[in-house]
Amino acid sequence: MTLPERARYTWGGDEFLLIEISPDMSLEANFVATAMAHGLEEAALNGIVDICPANASLLIRFNPDELASADLEAKARELETEVRRAAVQALETRIIEVPVWYDDPYTREVAARFREGYHQNPNGSDLDYAAEVNGLADAAEFIRRHHETPWLVSMVGFVAGLPFLFQLAPRERQLEVPKYLSPRTDTPALTIGYGGCFTAHYSVRGAGGYQMLGITPTPIYDPEQRLEDFADFMVLFRTGDIVKYRPVDEAEYRRIEAEVAAGTYRYKQAPVTFTLADALADPAGYNTTLLEALDVA
Amino acid sequence: MSLEILTPGLATTVQDRGRFGYYRFGIPQGGAMDQYAAALANRLVDNTDKEAVLECTYLGPKLRVDADTVLAVTGSPVDVLVNGERRAGYTRLELAAGDEVSFGVLKGGAKYFIAVAGGIDVPEVLGSRSTYPIGRLGGVQGRAVQAGDTLPVGAPPQATLPRMDEVPEDLLPDYGRQFTVRIMLGLYDHKLTEQGLRNLTEAEWTLTPVADRMGLRFDGPGAEWKQEEQPFGAGQDPSNITDAGYAVGSIQIPGGTQPIVLHCDAVSGGGYAQAATVISADMDLFARMGPGAKVRFVPVTMEQALDARAERKARFARVWS
Repeated sequence: MTLPERARYTWGGDEFLLIEISPDMSLEANFVATAMAHGLEEAALNGIVDICPANASLLIRFNPDELASADLEAKARELETEVRRAAVQALETRIIEVPVWYDDPYTREVAARFREGYHQNPNGSDLDYAAEVNGLADAAEFIRRHHETPWLVSMVGFVAGLPFLFQLAPRERQLEVPKYLSPRTDTPALTIGYGGCFTAHYSVRGAGGYQMLGITPTPIYDPEQRLEDFADFMVLFRTGDIVKYRPVDEAEYRRIEAEVAAGTYRYKQAPVTFTLADALADPAGYNTTLLEALDVA
Repeated sequence: MSLEILTPGLATTVQDRGRFGYYRFGIPQGGAMDQYAAALANRLVDNTDKEAVLECTYLGPKLRVDADTVLAVTGSPVDVLVNGERRAGYTRLELAAGDEVSFGVLKGGAKYFIAVAGGIDVPEVLGSRSTYPIGRLGGVQGRAVQAGDTLPVGAPPQATLPRMDEVPEDLLPDYGRQFTVRIMLGLYDHKLTEQGLRNLTEAEWTLTPVADRMGLRFDGPGAEWKQEEQPFGAGQDPSNITDAGYAVGSIQIPGGTQPIVLHCDAVSGGGYAQAATVISADMDLFARMGPGAKVRFVPVTMEQALDARAERKARFARVWS
């Protein structure tokens, strides 16, 4: 897909600059947003408070007493030009494996409490509905399509540590599912949800409008920093991380749950270089390459 | 010394100036919802502007001090009771060990603040003592205070400024029922219909009871979004966008019906289009509004927003002189 020639720059009051790379979600737009965020971090301008890359946009918080809005915009536009000109758009990142118990009893129980008035298909499960709107045979096929390719963390936010993920697949292969008609007031922590073209991991228990596909035994937000993967920071995911979902059954879910409780669990992960042109030229072949990195980890 | 919480009140949390730099991970700025009122409370008890205070919502706590100390209450008007006797807000209150502080009925607004000399000395998390309940961070074990909590108080401060016994009249905040809030149009305002834009900026809006530290929802004539083909990934409703970062103070209008102003504990991003953002100088006003408050959103330019910001800074400078 082609991006708008220039991003749209707009102010969110006197402290925020929003840069919309594209109104549409795409791998290309996400790549520009992430690369600009990295560039701005490296530039280390005085007066930048926060740089928040999102799916197809970038939000910057600044202190106008230290950094004039015009100077910030000029620097960001300069970076945008550089990023778009770069011959090789590549990202040094990691691939990380996340175990998922699809169609688990925890999310099924919560879903059963929010049907009439909340859900498009009150008599079926979220997974049945997700399969149906995508023209798939059944929930099992939706699950298989969900974990057969890797995903890219395209944004972190909403609440603490919650990642949005975009499937590394051509648009015609991507799954799209409407959100609930009206949001639930409850979602189990560590639910794997689906809304629009995004997967989201609910980092904490609470309200939510995404369809619920399953649950993971492994934390992604750990304010006490108990597990080694959280030694540096309490949030696991960074924009640009690549995720491979691995379906697990109840026995394995319980085993991993016990390792987490004991504080010994480590995520399986490996460093990778993600090259945009390769991913776009041969999605299936490139995904195989990415997954091989995980196999040797 | 410490404060013993006898009854917790409705939603009493430890707050300070806020936690900045972690928004990219979905961790909000937090902090006292009315920074100006919190600063006045700290000033009255000889603290600096960095100390943490208790933020009370409608119904305050009942608490006991275990040592002689100085305490002050500011923010929305409420009866302050020391051992059951009425004392004035916006003043320096000298307390003796064992004194009990409680509150009467709120007479307007939503939030009031209790400062104690030395500040509430819970551990700092990511550079702030502010409570973020959803993320179980900061404050007292990441939650609102509960009966039986004993809140540590820092060492009595060395006063470096002239003592302020009461807040001078010209530094007192206003607590009316009518508010003018200055906004900057932008973000996704091009997606609003002309009528929707007129409604947002010209109509009078009424604060609903759906209002807290995360956001405040307003009732009024609605503000419709244009019916256009939706971008890929955005969702079907005209108010949906591809999920993006949310500016603090931004105004989203889900379904084109009730505008929601995001405040200090807001979610950091999501999929609803926003048409404008409250300027930084006017964010405190939302802690001074009770349900039913009438609000007009008045568009200003960046230059006007920066002038207002400078005025606010000058006002803080007068407090700290």
